[in-house]
Amino acid sequence: MSDHNYTPSSKFGKWFNDRLPLLTLANHLTDYPTPKNLNYWWTFGGILTFCLITQIITGLVLAMHYIAHADLAFSSVEHIMRDVNYGWLIRYIHANGASMFFLAVYIHIFRSLFYGSYKAPREIIWILGIMIYLLMMAAAFMGYVLPWGQMSFWGATVITNLFSAIPLVGESITTWLWGGYSVDNPTLTRFFTLHYLIPFLILGLVVLHIWALHVPGNNNPIGIDIQKPSKDTVPFHPYIVIKDLFALLLFMIVFAFFVFYSPNILGHADNYIEANPLVTPAHIVPEWYLLPFYAILRSIPDKLLGVVAMLSAIFILAALPWLDTSKVRSAVFRPLYKQFYWILVIDVLILGYVGAMPAEGLYLLIARVATAYYFLHFLLILPILGKIEKTTPLPLSITSPVLGGSADLAMAKNTDVRKEKL
Amino acid sequence: MQRIFKILFLLLILNTNFANSISAENASKLLTTDWSFKGPFGKFDRASLQRGYQVYNEVCASCHSLKYVSYRNLSEKGGPEFSVKEAKAIAASFEITDGPNQDGEMFTRPAKLSDKFVMPYSNEEEAKSANGGAYPPDMSVLVKARAGGADYIYSVLLGYVDPPENIKLDDGVYYNKYMYGNKIKMPKQLSDGLVEYSDGTNATEEQMAKDVVSFLMWTAEPHLEQRHKTGFRAIVYLIILTVLVYFSMKKIWSRVETNV
Repeated sequence: MSDHNYTPSSKFGKWFNDRLPLLTLANHLTDYPTPKNLNYWWTFGGILTFCLITQIITGLVLAMHYIAHADLAFSSVEHIMRDVNYGWLIRYIHANGASMFFLAVYIHIFRSLFYGSYKAPREIIWILGIMIYLLMMAAAFMGYVLPWGQMSFWGATVITNLFSAIPLVGESITTWLWGGYSVDNPTLTRFFTLHYLIPFLILGLVVLHIWALHVPGNNNPIGIDIQKPSKDTVPFHPYIVIKDLFALLLFMIVFAFFVFYSPNILGHADNYIEANPLVTPAHIVPEWYLLPFYAILRSIPDKLLGVVAMLSAIFILAALPWLDTSKVRSAVFRPLYKQFYWILVIDVLILGYVGAMPAEGLYLLIARVATAYYFLHFLLILPILGKIEKTTPLPLSITSPVLGGSADLAMAKNTDVRKEKL
Repeated sequence: MQRIFKILFLLLILNTNFANSISAENASKLLTTDWSFKGPFGKFDRASLQRGYQVYNEVCASCHSLKYVSYRNLSEKGGPEFSVKEAKAIAASFEITDGPNQDGEMFTRPAKLSDKFVMPYSNEEEAKSANGGAYPPDMSVLVKARAGGADYIYSVLLGYVDPPENIKLDDGVYYNKYMYGNKIKMPKQLSDGLVEYSDGTNATEEQMAKDVVSFLMWTAEPHLEQRHKTGFRAIVYLIILTVLVYFSMKKIWSRVETNV
């Protein structure tokens, strides 16, 4: 995509670049041709990079003061909140940062679903993204265990117990994971180690994700390939950089409101009670971003099948590029898909809601219907839809609708995602 | 562009409404009062925190510890702001066990500013046996550890009423309108005139409950004032920067024929 014939102007630059082409890379990143019709839903990639870096930096500082020991973890967190200079700020940024990270990643994923960004030739970008998402969930779950409050302890107990559903070796695997016969100090220390490791794995995958993106280039709101780079694209810098920065600042304002004015609203009060293996909380609930999967898990009466369903709900996404048989990428030109897309969004929100409710009576029934629909959408509706749907005519190039404003129409429809997400 | 601002505005409204509805959900019936620390510009009322300390010390401290709070915190900015001299005097009125000394003996000495609050019981078992099997929870972060927060603690303190006729209570169990499950092992603590405030404030039940809950809010969030202040500055800074970046973006994008 980029100008690989780039030669640095200075002599030293040329000498260096011949040995390690960092300047060629920098030049590629600056000049990277980006479709000029990208809307604000495309700014979440940059926002997610910001989230990852923020989590790594605040996490490093927290790790300097945190003590991974069952008897000391809770009080070391209180030490951070009280005695460490700006410890309260760093911890609240880290704790709310996890929620902001997931908020952004869900918008990023649903943007991809709407505009068909997972379709050829971008399948690998999509699969790398799913792997990042999986690691994010693992990191978030283990991070929630570290303060060693009641929800930490009992959340860890519930989730690790899922492994005991594996036939024959389940119990042994659970004991192996715990490093003992219950969630205890060995569990905490290994969770801390893994929680420290995973973000760097994510960082590595993010590099691959962006690398894979830079091979075919960005998808765009009308989902057609770029015809004339000179007309249809703008260089990444300064056009996309400034636009991403603007969106990032808006995002940071929302972030700041949570951190400074309701830092504990997304957490659970019980996590300010130190872990006590003898007292079980009335309701054990995961963090909000895991609720849809928790609902799927609980909607199946059999433990093993529940775990299988929950994992399938995530892994099914990896098969999405082949399940969606339509050749047209953007939902803007797929009138039927557009409707099913919104039904899926609502379905996931419902799953999230019932995930927070007790698994009984009407809630359980709703969870079962919503779970069934979730799989139906991917396994039945999408493959059939691609075959029977009559799509509306595609424009010839990006430039015409940009001037005509039809890409903007897509964005107008899309504003609803964000409202419903919260 | 306008749409983005609309979304942002909506998010902020949702954020505050969400916060309210969550506390309202658990707390539709909870009592409340005019907390000075609520809201983005909320601050602690020093006099109330000082009175709250007095209530804690004279009423709660015989059973409830504050193990994460140090005596030095009492004179720190954003808290009750006792003078250093007063805080030293408060600390010195408690005895703590220190040691071992050069002879290998443990000894007692008056507490210093750097010491944590002295605990009423030496361990959890002692606390339980002295309180009919119920452990009086540490109160350092109690306000954050209960759904409903300050309102909830305030309501429980004032929520002792006669039980409905169909409820039978065991010995040492009391009925409380707001307590989770309505049964509580702590007897009613506050009654009018229980403490004598040195600043002349009338020590009604509501006044004492308000003061001690404010004090507990401070022990749970000792940096609340700084957080509110820093937050305001950070957000004003971000908004100004956002406006500047917006106009830069408009300028830059005006070179290509596209709306941003």
